[in-house]
Amino acid sequence: MDLKLKIWRQKNANDKGKMVDYPISNVSPDMSFLEMLDVLNNELIEKGESPVSFDHDCREGICGSCSLYINGEAHGPDRLITSCQLHMRTFKDGETIVIEPWRAKAFPVIKDLVVDRSAFDRIQHAGGFISVNTSGNTIDANTIPIEKADADDAFMAATCIGCGACVASCKNSSAMLFVGAKVSQFALLPQGQVEATDRVLNMVKQMDEEGFGNCTNTGACEVECPKGISLENIARMNREYLSASFKG
Amino acid sequence: MALDSKIPQGPIADKWTNYKNQIDLVNPANKRNIDVIVVGTGLAGGSAAATLAELGYNVKAFCFQDSPRRAHSIAAQGGINAAKNYQGDGDSTYRLFYDTVKGGDYRSREANVYRLAEVSTNIIDQCVAQGVPFAREYGGLLDNRSFGGVLVSRTFYAAGQTGQQLLLGAYSAMNRQIGRGKIKMYNRHEMLDVVKVDGKARGIITRNLITGEIERHSAHAVVLGTGGYGNVFFLSTNAMGSNVTAAWKAHKRGAHFANPCYTQIHPTCIPVSGDHQSKLTLMSESLRNDGRIWVPKHLKDVEAIRNKTLKPTQLAEEDRDYYLERRYPAFGNLVPRDVASRAAKERSDAGFGVNATGEAVYLDFASAFMRYGKEQAHVKGLDENDDVLVKKLGQEIVKNKYGNLFQMYEKIVDENPYETPMMIYPAVHYTMGGLWVDYNLMTNVPGLYAIGEANFSDHGANRLGASALMQGLADGYFVLPYTIGDYLADDIRTGPISTDSKEFEDAEAEVRKNIEHLINNNGTHSVDYFHRRLGKIMWDKCGMARNAEDLKSAITEISELRAEFWKDVRVPGTNEEFNEELAKAGRVADFLELGELFAKDALQREESAGGHFREEYQTPEGEAVRKKEFQYVSAWEYKGEPKDAVLHKEELEYENIKVKERSYK
Repeated sequence: MDLKLKIWRQKNANDKGKMVDYPISNVSPDMSFLEMLDVLNNELIEKGESPVSFDHDCREGICGSCSLYINGEAHGPDRLITSCQLHMRTFKDGETIVIEPWRAKAFPVIKDLVVDRSAFDRIQHAGGFISVNTSGNTIDANTIPIEKADADDAFMAATCIGCGACVASCKNSSAMLFVGAKVSQFALLPQGQVEATDRVLNMVKQMDEEGFGNCTNTGACEVECPKGISLENIARMNREYLSASFKG
Repeated sequence: MALDSKIPQGPIADKWTNYKNQIDLVNPANKRNIDVIVVGTGLAGGSAAATLAELGYNVKAFCFQDSPRRAHSIAAQGGINAAKNYQGDGDSTYRLFYDTVKGGDYRSREANVYRLAEVSTNIIDQCVAQGVPFAREYGGLLDNRSFGGVLVSRTFYAAGQTGQQLLLGAYSAMNRQIGRGKIKMYNRHEMLDVVKVDGKARGIITRNLITGEIERHSAHAVVLGTGGYGNVFFLSTNAMGSNVTAAWKAHKRGAHFANPCYTQIHPTCIPVSGDHQSKLTLMSESLRNDGRIWVPKHLKDVEAIRNKTLKPTQLAEEDRDYYLERRYPAFGNLVPRDVASRAAKERSDAGFGVNATGEAVYLDFASAFMRYGKEQAHVKGLDENDDVLVKKLGQEIVKNKYGNLFQMYEKIVDENPYETPMMIYPAVHYTMGGLWVDYNLMTNVPGLYAIGEANFSDHGANRLGASALMQGLADGYFVLPYTIGDYLADDIRTGPISTDSKEFEDAEAEVRKNIEHLINNNGTHSVDYFHRRLGKIMWDKCGMARNAEDLKSAITEISELRAEFWKDVRVPGTNEEFNEELAKAGRVADFLELGELFAKDALQREESAGGHFREEYQTPEGEAVRKKEFQYVSAWEYKGEPKDAVLHKEELEYENIKVKERSYK
């Protein structure tokens, strides 16, 4: 396949940045999207040009590093996958592919397609945990039975990989799906009840301070989420938040 | 220098308890005056950082990823072992200990493994308390499944994402301590050297991967939880960034590197598809609970399948060779990884590989669909003889257990594994070798610790499935936080370690010199060009089967490639920016040294044990031949060049297990 790539290039956080065209040929349909970028980068390096920076690590859709906005969609046109799992067979020979970084005030660009997502970490520092010491001297794991449906829902919420596609897809750059998933995981489990009030208040407060926008129930985040995290998690967080505010 | 493993006296079941009762402790007020550096934030590093901070130490944690949550433990799929015996199927601490030592082909240290089995149950309790959502049964209690090399169900899991859930648990424990200010977290920082002051590890040199700034960090002790070195093969199931640099720099500063040749080649990975391939993807071993591995019995059918004139689903049962069930009736598809991998290679080498490259075997779920489907039909009172319905019901169950893995497979291979068997082939996955540590998990450099995959101690020559997560968390949550106190008790009056010493200055200068060389080299080829070539040498000559002649040529070739790399590598850009090529160049430079030591170690070990299979040492049936005279740990001391490394031996003694031929028949 021969393709025309249009890629966002930005030297550093202070640079203005621009789209640059790169033609690429002999792309195999079996390549992953990132392998196609590897080929481009090796060509650029051997020609003495600067390679395109992008975040990536596990390349199997679980670490949440990769974060490409491809043809106007977070992680590209395919559903329920990350950029690293996208394969070139999804595209047509001769196609133009536009590649941009996540765009959100709370995710400043570091270089090219690499953005700073440390805001997500700071939200977790504010309450994304259960305060048990790691001594191992807790109660036996089977002491508290948990209904399978709740355990499964908690697990589904916990499969969030923290990639930020929800924020990038949202017209308001809201992080509600990300925060809702963590709040829900603990809200669905008996272990999470003890600190439920403080958790949701603190995490939401930090989310607001980081400059993420509000949720207007558009639902783009759920559509683009590579792990299929459900909007129900946002609803659950809103309920938790409301009841916590009353307890205050 | 003699190696002192510091194994406590007494009966094996009491060693850890007695030892904990006797070691020195640091009182809480004094812990506040002690700094500890933890490098790596996977299961081992993350859990250690959280626990040390909780105990009161000042922790500085480092990871090269943009968040500690992205360490490669996140990708572990199948599960975590623990001797809970919830299934009542005969499990016990001793049995987990026994299975692990046997699985490791009698090349691990008894006392360490027993302790691991002993604390395994705490891990499950701890993780559940943290809100880790393990899979549960309808009664609300925890579910288990089986893994290779054992006859009980002791593996706890969270679908095919167990590593993710456990790591997020450790990450949440870290977050709590970061929020309290007890952990100072340094994301996107790469450790480039260990600094020794008066013979003790007292700090590290790092590079800020965003700005390129070279930084000095001091502490009273340094803990490396920096993972394994599978990426020396270029293609592996490791993350792209996984590297040996931290461990290798420690080695160059005096820490012995143990058993580098013990590598795990995992039997069930997606086969290589072409030269563009950047990494390989694992399909969890848990799939062998339900999938059956086979190739056609007859070469004519192999040919027809490769020509696509025959579909695998069309091949009659009697024309299929379920070779693991045939060769190992007792364990069948659940033999340990080394055995399963070699068996796949044996069939492929004999011409029975089922894809275009001839390097693939089938992993087939057809009978599992029917088995589960029949059970479901029975439970729901539906027609058990309706094959279409039964298959559909069975597929739902399988989807529930392994849905994400099936999806991953389909995305990569573009075939639907619910309709046609998966194609799989072995790939490099885990390294049992690593920094030599004593019972305290301290290397032979005082104050320098290695935990998780970065050390060598628990898995011998082959690791059993679902034991890596167990070891990472055991080391980080429950072992290191105790044993490190014994060392730090002497440091309560030391005060903060200054970074203005000559030692820090020299280490920093060396790091800068290296970087300048790479940046200014202006050669002709990219870093990947050299890494791929190194990987090919490793896979062809130090892979699933090794022999003296190949290993000797590998040593020469790697050393030549290293010289070529330093002469001809091209690293674009500058140090003072986000420069992934520069980071990669430093890592590959270290792989080019480690690779040679790896081959040297494999050449020296004239036996077959676990993942190390020497063609010269096998039975007529192709089984590994282990030798009594090699019942030791090879700990290599750095002497300037890998070829000059000096071998130290730690003899392994088995007092609680009878060493015998490892059989899974």
